[in-house]
Amino acid sequence: MKSTRIAAVATITALTLTACGGEKVGETTTPGSAAAAAPCGTFNLAVNPWVGYEATAAVIAYVAEKDLGCTVTKKDLKEEISWQGFATGEVDAIVENWGHDDLKKKYIDEQKVAVAAGSTGNKGIIGWYVPPWMAEKYPDITDHKNLNKYASQFKTSESGDKGQLLDGDPSFVTNDEALVKNLKLDYKVVYAGSETALITAFRQAEAKKTPLIGYFYEPQWFLAEVPLKKVSLPAYTAGCDADAAKVACDYPEYDLDKIVSKKFADANGPAYQLVKNFSWTNDDQNVVAKYIAQDKMSAADAAKKWVEANPDKVKAWLAG
Amino acid sequence: MAATTLAAPRSAGRRIGRPVLVAAVLLAWVVLWIPTRGMHTLGLSPADLTPLHRWLNDVNDTVGADRNSSPVFLYFFNEIRAAIDALVTLLQDLIAQPSFGRPVPVLGWLGVVALVAYVSWVFGNGRVALLAAGGFVFLGLQGLWTESMDTLALTLAAVAISLLAGIPLGVWAGLSDRFYRLITPALDFMQTMPTFVYLAPLTLLFLIGPASATIATLIYAMPPAIRLTAHGIRSVHPSAVEATESLGATGRQKLFKVLLPLSKRTIVLGVNQTIMAALSMVTIAALIDAPGLGKSVVKALQTLDVGTAFNAGLAIVVLAIVLDRVTTAAGDRVRRTGAASRLRRPLVALFGILAAACCYLSYTYVWAAEFPDTYRIGGPIARGADTVTGWAQDHLFAVTDTVKNLVTYALLNPLQALLVESPWWLVAAVAVLLAALIGGVRAAVVTAACLALLIGTGLWQDAMTTLAMTIVATLLVMALGIVLGVWMGRNRHVDRIIRPVLDAGQTMPAFVYLVPFVALFAATRFTAIVAAVVFAAPVAIKIVADGVRGIPATTVEAATAAGSSTWQLITKVQLPMARRSLTLAANQGLIYVLSMVVVGGLVGAGALGYDVVAGFSQSQLYGKGLAAGAAIVLLGIMLDRIARASSPSNTRKGH
Repeated sequence: MKSTRIAAVATITALTLTACGGEKVGETTTPGSAAAAAPCGTFNLAVNPWVGYEATAAVIAYVAEKDLGCTVTKKDLKEEISWQGFATGEVDAIVENWGHDDLKKKYIDEQKVAVAAGSTGNKGIIGWYVPPWMAEKYPDITDHKNLNKYASQFKTSESGDKGQLLDGDPSFVTNDEALVKNLKLDYKVVYAGSETALITAFRQAEAKKTPLIGYFYEPQWFLAEVPLKKVSLPAYTAGCDADAAKVACDYPEYDLDKIVSKKFADANGPAYQLVKNFSWTNDDQNVVAKYIAQDKMSAADAAKKWVEANPDKVKAWLAG
Repeated sequence: MAATTLAAPRSAGRRIGRPVLVAAVLLAWVVLWIPTRGMHTLGLSPADLTPLHRWLNDVNDTVGADRNSSPVFLYFFNEIRAAIDALVTLLQDLIAQPSFGRPVPVLGWLGVVALVAYVSWVFGNGRVALLAAGGFVFLGLQGLWTESMDTLALTLAAVAISLLAGIPLGVWAGLSDRFYRLITPALDFMQTMPTFVYLAPLTLLFLIGPASATIATLIYAMPPAIRLTAHGIRSVHPSAVEATESLGATGRQKLFKVLLPLSKRTIVLGVNQTIMAALSMVTIAALIDAPGLGKSVVKALQTLDVGTAFNAGLAIVVLAIVLDRVTTAAGDRVRRTGAASRLRRPLVALFGILAAACCYLSYTYVWAAEFPDTYRIGGPIARGADTVTGWAQDHLFAVTDTVKNLVTYALLNPLQALLVESPWWLVAAVAVLLAALIGGVRAAVVTAACLALLIGTGLWQDAMTTLAMTIVATLLVMALGIVLGVWMGRNRHVDRIIRPVLDAGQTMPAFVYLVPFVALFAATRFTAIVAAVVFAAPVAIKIVADGVRGIPATTVEAATAAGSSTWQLITKVQLPMARRSLTLAANQGLIYVLSMVVVGGLVGAGALGYDVVAGFSQSQLYGKGLAAGAAIVLLGIMLDRIARASSPSNTRKGH
């Protein structure tokens, strides 16, 4: 008994002694944290789950924190829930919105809790893509008129005796079933169900030189790794997709835009000004997305690197 | 109760005829399928909606619009939210996040490790204390200390609330047949309704933040606690209850001196399952901004960074194993009360002082507060995982592709063709007939009701596609469950080796193996089946093993003494005596398979899983996703009731 007590005292003494050499919590204040963030305050930025969005959000957050002294709270949320956050007052801005006319109607027109804050400068393209090896080997495959010729190559265990058209990031609207029917294509739409599954499928197809045709979109970091080739569909004209069942034309080009909560816009603080003025190109976004996806940098480091290389663009946003 | 006693002799007389009749019904189905195929299949394309789906959209919109004015929100949901937020934030302040004006949490890594080890030792034993300390240090070495503590805080909050509510409810369900019948469908609903369906509404009710994440987690995690508590109490041998009753024990004495102690083993299994279920929700909760390891997984997958996702997934597994072992050891300890050694009390005090000293150090000094980053193994783990998956994708594809095609063409496609291409009335008639034959009138009535509601959801064809996959996956799960479960139940060493693998299967987030699985099996229905089996087989195996081990040793010895071979022992004694566990394993296996339908939708399963995922992502499909979620629940209830009714002793004997 006595020996255990002695051992305990000895251990504690030893521990305390070794500890005394260490630095105490709070002895050194981290620089910057004390800097007053008075004029900007807290900025709740929704971060939707894809790399392009993350790139845009990271750059805005970096500038807001560094140049405007805002406290940026990034919230990782799906699109739907981000919009919902405008109503509950928990989200101030969405900085890469793909269309979503239904949500605009609901939250901007009906509930009046959100307002549009202009384009990000990015153009969103949706369509059907094939891996580069196929486009090279069968040059005419990139025209939809020739797709039936290759249908048998795209057969899988999921598509029966038809060719498989791999669809399905569930976040995006798709007209593909109607397109297949109306363009009289001998294909069956199979739903991969996630961006992860789509990218994996394309990556495998290129690596193993197996046939694959599927739904994809740009800007997307993966295109820097495997430059998929777009298949041309009948050109989009205004209103050609008005009747969902009769669609027989390509997807429109999306002007990706920013949406902010009404409260945030009315307060008209510096963070709102930054979001409103923010604009860059697909190439800009691809650079930052590449830093994150391929060079495995953290979003904050990627943003820092880009901002330091592009002071003029940042200055323009801040000047308004 | 009377119904089962009446049914018993009748079904015994029918036993010879029943398999023949079932076969006849199935044959008739195939014969009728040939001329009728393609008729009345009630198909609905993924982009199309029914009036029900539109109406559900409107309901959702109305709720959202009322949020800020309705008193229900102001005084009910907001209060709950505030309370849960406070609990989680408190836990986070203690162990995870900078708090109280300090750049670090109250307890640093040294304090948490010491405290966890101390608690494990006091309630468990020295071995699990070492395991717990080692496990937590490992999390730090992985470079995921803060994330792990965030996840731990959220999980502890969800598990605490689950057990606080779940165990009393389970006791009640164990004692009262009426309440048992009432709560069973509710539990089925909680376990099979896909989280994706209620994730968005939850954030509407409880806002974005820890409260919503905790509630999403506990909806899924509470049912095992209730179910297994009830199962444990109902499994207490009637003779034990009768003995106490004859001694004149009161109801309270009966509960606390007999029922609870005798069912402790199963209740602890329930606690384990609750913890496992809570940890399996970590990644999904990350979709509504839940802090912790789930975010690391989800972020890594955006760039298909399997290695980083695996590292974070491994941390979840480590947390799960530590929590599981500690609770199990605690359960064992409570059973062996009394024989504490004389040294124990001073040791408790001594280690308590040591733990307190560590806590103080971690509160005061930086080296004990922030995990030192001199040694990091997260990078090598991630690179290792990348190498392994890369190798597998390059070299195993030929094999996996063959297996996929074999199962798809030989089993899945014919089954799906039969289910999907038959007219709905034919499938419905067959299902009701089979339910009547296998489970009796009651099962037939439930089946008919479920089928009618399924048609009402407007997703009949998708439901049939999903049903085909579910049947195939559940068969595989039960096959694995019986083979491995019996093996583990009979052999402690096997148990010790397989159990961590099972824990990993149950808690490694499906998102982590999604990428390699898609690479190996392409985006197909088979990939969805494999993912479901990985997740559902462990629980079936564990329950079967638990049942086999629960058979009194004397019975096994008697059979061995009577000259039974090992095979005879298994098939004639152990499996029949563990029948209740087999039924429970089938029930839980099926429910876990159904809970993976949505993950299946992410890797090419299409059908209901995809409907749910799309409903979560596109507001105009919200109602359809909700209907698809309901269809999954209906499928689960229907299959479960048929399977349950087919097993002979499913009600509690005697009172």
